[in-house]
Amino acid sequence: MAIRFLLNGKAVEVDGVAPTTTLLQWLREHAHLTGTKEGCAEGDCGACTVALADVGPDGEPTWRAVDSCLVFLPALNGRSVLTVEGLGGDHPVQDAMVKHLGSQCGYCTPGFVMSLFEACHRKDLTATDDAGLNDQLCGNLCRCTGYRPIRDAAIEVVGTQPVDGHVATAPTGTATDYVAKGGRYAQPADLAGLFDALDAMPGARIVSGATDLALEVNKLHKALPALVSVESIPSLRGVTRTAGGWRIGATTLLADVEAWSKDPFPSLHRMLRYFASRQIKNRATLGGNVCNASPIGDTPPVLLALDATAILASRAGERRVPLREFFLSYRKTALGEGEVLAAIELPDLPEDAFAASYKVSKRRELDISAVAASFVVRVQSGVVSEARLAYGGMAATPSRAAGAERALVGRPFDEAAVNDAVAALATDFTPMSDHRGTAWYRATLAGNLLRGFYLETRNDRQPTLPARHAGTVIA
Amino acid sequence: MTPLIKLNASSPHESARKHVSGAARYVDDLPAPQGMLHGFAVASPHAHAKIVSRDGTRARALPGVHAVLFAADVPGSNHIGPVVHDEDLLADATAQCVGHAVAVVVAESRDIAREAAALVDVVYEVLPAILTIEESIAAKAFLGSPHHMARGDVDAALASAAIVIKATARNPAQDHFYLETHAALAIPEEGGNWLIYSSTQHPTEVQGEVASVLGLPRNAVVVEVPRLGGGFGGKESQASQIACWAALGAHVTGRPVKVWLDREQDMTHTGKRHPFRTDYEAGFDADGRLTALRARVYADAGFSLDLSQAINDRALFHLDNAYYVPNVDFQNFTCKTNLLSNTAFRGFGGPQGMVVIEDAMQRAAERLGKDPNVFRVASFYGDAPRNVTPYGMRVDQPRAARLWEELSASSDYATRSAAIAAHNATSSVVKRGLGFMPVKFGISFTATLLNQAGALVLVYADGSVQMNHGGIEMGQGLHTKMLAIAGDELGVPASAVRAMDTATDKVPNTSATAASSGSDLNGWAVRNACAEIRQRMAVVAAEVLGVPAAALVFADGQVGAPGGPSMPFAKLANTCWVRRISLSSTGFYATPDLAYDREKGFGRPFFYFAWGASVVEVEVNALTGEHRVVRADLLQDVGKSLVPSIDLGQVEGAFVQGVGWLTMEECLYDKRGRFVTHGPSTYKIPTIGDVPADLRVHLLENVEQDGTIHGSKAVGEPPLMLGIGVVSALRQAIGAFASPGHEIELALPATPEAVLRAIMDVRARSAAGAPSLHG
Repeated sequence: MAIRFLLNGKAVEVDGVAPTTTLLQWLREHAHLTGTKEGCAEGDCGACTVALADVGPDGEPTWRAVDSCLVFLPALNGRSVLTVEGLGGDHPVQDAMVKHLGSQCGYCTPGFVMSLFEACHRKDLTATDDAGLNDQLCGNLCRCTGYRPIRDAAIEVVGTQPVDGHVATAPTGTATDYVAKGGRYAQPADLAGLFDALDAMPGARIVSGATDLALEVNKLHKALPALVSVESIPSLRGVTRTAGGWRIGATTLLADVEAWSKDPFPSLHRMLRYFASRQIKNRATLGGNVCNASPIGDTPPVLLALDATAILASRAGERRVPLREFFLSYRKTALGEGEVLAAIELPDLPEDAFAASYKVSKRRELDISAVAASFVVRVQSGVVSEARLAYGGMAATPSRAAGAERALVGRPFDEAAVNDAVAALATDFTPMSDHRGTAWYRATLAGNLLRGFYLETRNDRQPTLPARHAGTVIA
Repeated sequence: MTPLIKLNASSPHESARKHVSGAARYVDDLPAPQGMLHGFAVASPHAHAKIVSRDGTRARALPGVHAVLFAADVPGSNHIGPVVHDEDLLADATAQCVGHAVAVVVAESRDIAREAAALVDVVYEVLPAILTIEESIAAKAFLGSPHHMARGDVDAALASAAIVIKATARNPAQDHFYLETHAALAIPEEGGNWLIYSSTQHPTEVQGEVASVLGLPRNAVVVEVPRLGGGFGGKESQASQIACWAALGAHVTGRPVKVWLDREQDMTHTGKRHPFRTDYEAGFDADGRLTALRARVYADAGFSLDLSQAINDRALFHLDNAYYVPNVDFQNFTCKTNLLSNTAFRGFGGPQGMVVIEDAMQRAAERLGKDPNVFRVASFYGDAPRNVTPYGMRVDQPRAARLWEELSASSDYATRSAAIAAHNATSSVVKRGLGFMPVKFGISFTATLLNQAGALVLVYADGSVQMNHGGIEMGQGLHTKMLAIAGDELGVPASAVRAMDTATDKVPNTSATAASSGSDLNGWAVRNACAEIRQRMAVVAAEVLGVPAAALVFADGQVGAPGGPSMPFAKLANTCWVRRISLSSTGFYATPDLAYDREKGFGRPFFYFAWGASVVEVEVNALTGEHRVVRADLLQDVGKSLVPSIDLGQVEGAFVQGVGWLTMEECLYDKRGRFVTHGPSTYKIPTIGDVPADLRVHLLENVEQDGTIHGSKAVGEPPLMLGIGVVSALRQAIGAFASPGHEIELALPATPEAVLRAIMDVRARSAAGAPSLHG
């Protein structure tokens, strides 16, 4: 079958290109729309940003800014895409960029324009939300302007909901089975179809937003001949209330998890603020970040600290695996053959819990952690009853610090206990050196973040981040 | 539609509407000529290796492959290089760095070319490699020729100095990270001629290199540049190799060939800002005034000379920064290593020089527990005899003192300094610092011959105008300024003037758009060309209108005598055509009064100095080493601004780039000489959240400059060095975690890890002792 989608409001039909062709490649080489630029092909510069119609957390159709270098073409089947050319030349966001001198060399500009396009249609972002504006635009790099004029343009247009004729339409959700150039991309519309596809395509890689998988194509130049997408299965997406907790569908977008988590799980919300970029969070899913099982993934430490349970689904039904038993070894998980991650369940966080998350990287935004950490400590009757201290970047898998936890439990939550826990970290972890940080730095951070957690929670059990702050630890 | 552009008035960038709509074209966006093939370079995986054999048989067998080319396939010279031809375009006897091209594959598609590149069989014999400045110094592997400047008696001055600082200052490399990676498209034309589209800051150099590689005279090669998606020096000399690969591929296949580098290739084939090591001794008198500076300056050139000698020389020219140093002894060494050949980058050695003297200022103050600005202000250039540089050039109108006075007032320096001291006294985890950075930057190419420019202006019979000049529009707003100048000179709205893509068949023998010189040089050339045409038109207008030519005013699209008769410019153009008057002219400019004797280290290398200053406030977290700029106040002397909005954009953009260089952009090579931070996932340039919410940028007022185009000054590079103020601020904040009296050892770039190390190091040396739970 061909891939059918709307491009700048016009129906297009694509066939005969490899399933791993990215939207960016196709736009530039096949559609000859060269306004969308390639600056890196790894989702780190945003020059290729386009708007993709989707459904927002409120169930309404909405535009999302995405990196077109990370979108495999078959994922567009039944959807609508807007590129910079589709805005004409005098859209309010374009006017604002001209007026404020938001472009110098112009190469990053179409990407910024499309991020601003999403921003102008957002209902949950305002001009006074400094952190929100940074989050919206941190996925677009500019080397010329120093960003101040672009920020001014953003302040002018954000949330203005212009009547511009660009109406987002919900994805049709129809099943896709695209075969071309020796590759196959199956995107079933329900779980039964998913298990059929997995049976029919042994060895297939499971994909949703492809924000990590696409790098294997773009950077490692791998052929991925068999891909099964879980993106269009309604039962895998969305957050629902359970008895005593929450169930987060595996394909729930991180942008939506971020918006939802603000109240129930400030520590998760805090981590997602510094997780990747808006464009990535508009495609990446919670399940993808968990199943990737990267030692430097940022949500696993938070989920470990929150005592998450992984819900695994197969034709045989669902089974529950505590997340701490999910990560087996470097990039290896408890997922069996024919099994997918269906959801993550989080128990409610007791009000008496101390909880916060931290992330240290070379650059604050859109950077991979040197160390990520998330802590939950409960104090009952004056002593620590539970301590879950979870780290990323310290071992081959996202890991709890068993020794440090033991050092806290059963004692008052005080400086002496924290000092002992910090000392125990030295036996919990033997971090490595790489270009994100030396072993010394990682080991030092691990302890200092725990110290910072103690200091930070003296006044607020579950502290949230202010807009601008000197570091991951609020002090 | 061209926005309203007028001289001395703010306006958007001339291409802004094209930028925002995606209509602006870059080399890789040009429609593919029929039959176009793609070229892909095969890179050496070894830092230094003898090439034992090479074989393209397997690669050629891949369907879709048209050619696999080695050094022996080059019809002309295989040697390239901007100053001396010391690089093999395709490595011949030896590969000199990881990333050195050994072969070029030409194929139907880029994917096929890449696949074929992996099938090119090259047998290497690995040779010992030099991977650090220190190894290069030990091996005396110097390139170029050392430059020496001396004045006074440094030994005597150091012997009598109240404070002597002896230290080693290092600065890091920096990748240009222009958003548009290198690209070139070579199109064979009839009669053995060539059209090359190149993303270069220096089309004349690409023209010369392509001609040399193909064994042709330069008139056989036309190089055209639509615009660049950023350059920053990275496309000054290093665009040539990419264009030559394309031309070579097109020469052999007879088909157009495009070479476009993806980000990883771009970062692993091309050089960076030079890392420097400088060993220095500085002396201060009891008043904090600099009395002597001895410096031995070592630049990591990488595997070839490229522009390294000139960059290293500019470092010497800027070791003094804004300070008068009576006794100096400067010497530089350009060190060969088997790494990517480092190249021009905004500031061109100037930042590397300034970092040294600012380190001396900081150390002196830190040792004595004083405000470093006491040392800075006491040492400023001033009235005679404190107005002569180490190389004997008089500093006219020294502006550091004025900048300090105005900026310290407008930035509330004293009040904020006191507030920071109070904050630091009570806050244990987060400390703040306030840094001040003055900048004096010499304007002109230090190679005097390069200070020339040409233009070609064409007026059509309908009054519309085409403007050509030798400069490249790479985002800096050069075309905007040139349109303003042309419109002003011809008395027409800038919208009536079209800025043409830069091409070597319009203006020959151009210099690179570099050294901040774009508008200084091309501005005069454009103005001179327009003035010539205007003069011819005025003769005709005088006849038609019956007024003396001298009384005519060209303004607002009208030509006439004030209060007298007038006619539209368009009508006059038509009349000139009817009367067979030439309506096109070249314009030319050569900067006057430059004379520098490199052997003696003496003379006037610069036409003038650009000045600026910054006040930067940071906060630092002692638990993680993380930091951020809270506020920055920038004040820049751009003379009388040609287009103020463009100049402000240059100032703030350059500042952020400078802060990125010194705080987060880390260029890392592994032990085998492979550049490993080769994409934005690992090489971090500033993003929007790194820019202070409170950024106050102003242009110094009433500073019209004599002799420059409309009284303006260069702006491209100087404000990058305003970013050095962040180091001063960080050092103050770091020092606040310990007792006073300790020099701060902060490695650059000041990543969170480097800052945490510096904090722990100074604490360990201070009476405050080891870190406690409460910071």
